Amino acid sequence: MEKPYILIPEPPSRGGIISLKEVIPGASRVAGKFGRILAGERLDSKIVEEEAEIGEIVLEARGIRKAFGSVVANDGIDFEVKAGEIHALLGENGAGKTTLVKILYGIYRCDEGAIRIGGEEVEITSPTDARDLGIGMVHQHFMLVDPNTVAENVALGLPGGRFMFPEQEVKDRIKRYSSVYGLKVDPDDRVWQISAGEKQTIEILKALFSGARVIILDEPTAVLTPIETADLFEALRLMARRGKAVIFITHKLGEVIELSDRVTVLRKGKVVGCIDTRDTSREELARMMVGGRITPSVRESSERSGKTVLEVDGLSVMGDRGTMAVRNVSFKLDSGEILGLAGVAGNGQRELVEALTGLRSPVSGRVEIEGTGVTYADPRTLASMGVAYIPEDRMELAIVGDLSVSENLVLRKYWQEPFSKGISLDDGAIESYASEMIEEYNIVTPSKDTPARKLSGGNIQRLVLARETSRHPKMIIASHPTSGLDVKAANDIRGRLLEESNQGASILMDSEDLDEIFMLSDRIAVMSKGEIVDIVPRDDATKERIGLLMGGALSK
Amino acid sequence: MRIGSLAEIRFERRRKSLGRKGILITVSAVLIGILLAGLFFSLIGVSPVFAYKRILIGSFGSMSGWREILRKAIPLMMCGAGLAIAFRGLFWNIGAEGQIIAGAVAATWVALSLEQAPSWVLLPSMFGLGFLFGAAWCIIPALLWAKLKVNEVITTLMLNYVVISLATFLVDGPWKGSSQYGYPYTDTFVDSARIPFIQGTRIPFLTLILAPLFCVGLYLLLTRSRAGYEIKVTGYNPKAARYAGMSFTKTLFLIAVISGGLAGIAGVGEVAGVHGKLSYPEDISSGYGFTAIIVAWLARLNPLGVVVSSIFVSGLLVGGDAIRTGGVPAASIDIFMGLILLMLVSTEIFRSYEIKIGGGGAS
Amino acid sequence: MLHRAIVYGTPLLLATVGEIYAERSGVLNLGVEGMMSIGAVVAFGVSLSTGNAWLGVMAAAAAAGALSLVHGFASINLRANQVVSGLALTMLGLGISGLLGKAYVGRPPGATIKGVEIPFLSEVPFLGKILFNQDPLVYASIAIAIVGWFVLFRTRLGLNIRSCGENPGAADVSGISVYRIRHLSVFLGGLLAGLAGAYLSLVYVPSWTQGLTGGRGWIVIGLTIFAFWKPLRAIAAAYLFGLLFVLPYRLQPLGVHTSLLQTLPYIVTVIALVVLSRESIRKRMAAPGALTTPYVREEI
Repeated sequence: MEKPYILIPEPPSRGGIISLKEVIPGASRVAGKFGRILAGERLDSKIVEEEAEIGEIVLEARGIRKAFGSVVANDGIDFEVKAGEIHALLGENGAGKTTLVKILYGIYRCDEGAIRIGGEEVEITSPTDARDLGIGMVHQHFMLVDPNTVAENVALGLPGGRFMFPEQEVKDRIKRYSSVYGLKVDPDDRVWQISAGEKQTIEILKALFSGARVIILDEPTAVLTPIETADLFEALRLMARRGKAVIFITHKLGEVIELSDRVTVLRKGKVVGCIDTRDTSREELARMMVGGRITPSVRESSERSGKTVLEVDGLSVMGDRGTMAVRNVSFKLDSGEILGLAGVAGNGQRELVEALTGLRSPVSGRVEIEGTGVTYADPRTLASMGVAYIPEDRMELAIVGDLSVSENLVLRKYWQEPFSKGISLDDGAIESYASEMIEEYNIVTPSKDTPARKLSGGNIQRLVLARETSRHPKMIIASHPTSGLDVKAANDIRGRLLEESNQGASILMDSEDLDEIFMLSDRIAVMSKGEIVDIVPRDDATKERIGLLMGGALSK
Repeated sequence: MRIGSLAEIRFERRRKSLGRKGILITVSAVLIGILLAGLFFSLIGVSPVFAYKRILIGSFGSMSGWREILRKAIPLMMCGAGLAIAFRGLFWNIGAEGQIIAGAVAATWVALSLEQAPSWVLLPSMFGLGFLFGAAWCIIPALLWAKLKVNEVITTLMLNYVVISLATFLVDGPWKGSSQYGYPYTDTFVDSARIPFIQGTRIPFLTLILAPLFCVGLYLLLTRSRAGYEIKVTGYNPKAARYAGMSFTKTLFLIAVISGGLAGIAGVGEVAGVHGKLSYPEDISSGYGFTAIIVAWLARLNPLGVVVSSIFVSGLLVGGDAIRTGGVPAASIDIFMGLILLMLVSTEIFRSYEIKIGGGGAS
Repeated sequence: MLHRAIVYGTPLLLATVGEIYAERSGVLNLGVEGMMSIGAVVAFGVSLSTGNAWLGVMAAAAAAGALSLVHGFASINLRANQVVSGLALTMLGLGISGLLGKAYVGRPPGATIKGVEIPFLSEVPFLGKILFNQDPLVYASIAIAIVGWFVLFRTRLGLNIRSCGENPGAADVSGISVYRIRHLSVFLGGLLAGLAGAYLSLVYVPSWTQGLTGGRGWIVIGLTIFAFWKPLRAIAAAYLFGLLFVLPYRLQPLGVHTSLLQTLPYIVTVIALVVLSRESIRKRMAAPGALTTPYVREEI
């Protein structure tokens, strides 16, 4: 059969530096081998040579099963991908997509099941195995070395690379691939300086340079702007045309329809179906993904109470890189109102939230809560004033993993009566409070004294919510409140937030989940590049408009 | 790790936590350390059985041994308790040795300057100033760490050398005693500046009582007080500490005061109780500050546990002296301690992980 | 005096380059003091019994390297707390060397390494006598520092080491054995610390006593930070400190007590660290990101 793809021709490698090869023939091979052992790399790594024909099944997984304790993440999954196709892996949080893919990439090992590459059964025990078999992965959370340059990152661990000046070799290739695929990146930039899209490009290049025939992308558009997303999709289409097999994980229906040739839908660890994209629709996919309709807790539209609780005026906050992360942001929040903060991650939401919760000092501007200036207040003052904060970073910020559940429940109020009497803590009061909270908020835990880190994600969040909302705070700032939670826990949390707002709390909710924002908000504020581009009443908003605002395509 | 292509030795997270059984790990670590030390003894031509017998008899097996054990345990206990607190706050105070000397210097200063004063003035002032000096010597690195993120391991260590040199200078120079024979020390303190011994021993009774009291006090601080809660949170999760509104600087300041101050008091005890004068720092504190690290670690950073571990470690020290007279060099005790500490720290992993020897792959 | 400063700084330089490698790979090695001590005593002993100083040097490196493997195993494979493990090793090293060295106290060395006069260059006025009239190990140490720089920043091995120290997860996923790299780097650190110790007992003093290393190992830890984990800067840092140590002896005739002067290097270390910790500097040149964090491949 005809092979309609094009190989990118390789020019003979040339650098300006004298390599050992010229001086002592053969020595470089030995030095290279020695260097590789020394460098902790495998000797038998090689770049896959043969390309598959388009339409041929390149990778096949049958009967994959993986359990973590009692949780079955993958339950008898069959999955395959062909050369030249873009195959979407669709499912909600926790459906098992990432687990499956990590098995394919050698990070996990499946308990049961077989994987075939090019028809032959293989064993993938580590990422290096996967790479040698021609599987490349672009991770959701980039695995890059920040202080190093782009070229150094691409060269890291590249099979067949040189011992001396390894990054020089790849610089030219980077430039060529950059222009061919339209993914611009400068080899000499340092990783901490570049954008998320460029970081992703590094990972893609690493996969391509290692000769990947199958490229897996895990939620690639989560951190990209709409323009970067379009560029990525173009590049992926090009790769597919060249015979690569592309697997991408997503929970965004629009992307599936736009980009993929086939889609496999997972739900609760099982395959619900695998169809050609052109034969299906968004609605059908959603149905497959969610399996019937859940009754979401939906906000009943309410009038604005008119009583302003939070007023933010001209707030500017400096980011970690020395640039302004929040620029001149102003908005008001009324009591009982839920303001959803939408935007692609990394546009200043985190810094805004940190400024409002006392973890970061603003550079200029004013923040007032019920008329009292709190612009530079510390977290304790704010907590005492009735400002609750549900952080995005559950394990690292919201709880102290090694302390018990009861100790964590008083983390933000231990200095107040009745938990504290003078310099000592009242254990009795803490214990009874803990029992109450565990009961009321349905926190599942072996005991009050269990270290908090042993709880499941959903229960940790319930703990955090119990702690923050049990005293019916005036204001709640919630960052990604349901990320990583299963459906039941997520609904629980949302329900609580709604309840609090019904009791008069104002809520600022920063979330990546547009559906969630639409579900709960009264008004939606969109943040892009540090500014609030627009605040739209929920009933007037459409997902398209919000999406465009997020991408910076429209302004007020 | 892989051994061959069949077997693989892995660490797997334990499903259930160990709880009480964790103490088994500590005990076995110490036992392994003792075994290895025994191996070492036989390597250098000393029968391990002989060595251990000598150690045991010289320390726990005799009245004179016990007297020495208690005497050495006092400064170990005080420093160990302070270090337990410091390490819980993730403040690596390696400068306890210097803080002891700082306290000793302070006490000497008071004793030499106020020779006419009565006991009830002298002793409290000595202790008070000793506490202050020790605390001050720890506060400097603590603040540098809190405000400027300067590595505290090095700063506390460096200050050790500084204060030791200063003390040497004082003993050689301005404070050189009028009655000495080639080996410099200050004048003996007047009786009112001394802590009386327990009848027939060289154990100062005051510090013998104070040391365990401090341990109990610090335990209560850690478990019952706000400050203790703050120290724990700061050590376990500094980010959450900020989120909870705790002041990192204040917490660290408190840690420094406690840790340095207690070491300072230990120094006062040595100089006012045991020696009665200030001589070269190596004589005042022969490594108590460093040995206290083992004491704290052995007690798993629990101030109550320090009471027990300090006596145990003190026993090792006394035993080390005992075998020295039996012809085994003094340095072997360092090796002993090093091995035990190494074993303790190497076996930590077994608390949360177990060894699995797995084979085969997926298909 | 400057001549002596270089001699003083050489063991510091050797051990610092080693420590830079260890820390760059993500492992803090506080056992340098103990390893230097082992190196010193082994070098002394071997050169005494064989009459060959160079054999002593090599044996010293091997012995210290062996000791460092223990720290490596504990910190890397057993994920022990690196601060405490290093301290334990210092105790072990000091203890073992004290033990082995008992027989050597007060004895004259079996062989030493003599200074070399480089022809022509040593005739250069002023600089000649300082720079070109040193013993071979001085030149070796500079060469080691330069090679150390080259390997760390211009070769694949160095790239892998640096990556393991900044983000071991990224290195692992790229197919690099983080464990092997870290073991190697710690071992290198041990070898160089052993060389440093050998220099002390064979050239600098030369003799053996308990406590010969005199806290230099801790200064090395400070110098590593001072040099921003860059071998070339370590050269400057080490010689600067050599100067600081030699200074007291020059100032003594002025009537200042030696003990007070001896505090100088330690105080300067602290001041240097304070100055260097300024935010702006730290942003550009900070410690390896994964320093002291044991690497665990993500599982569940």
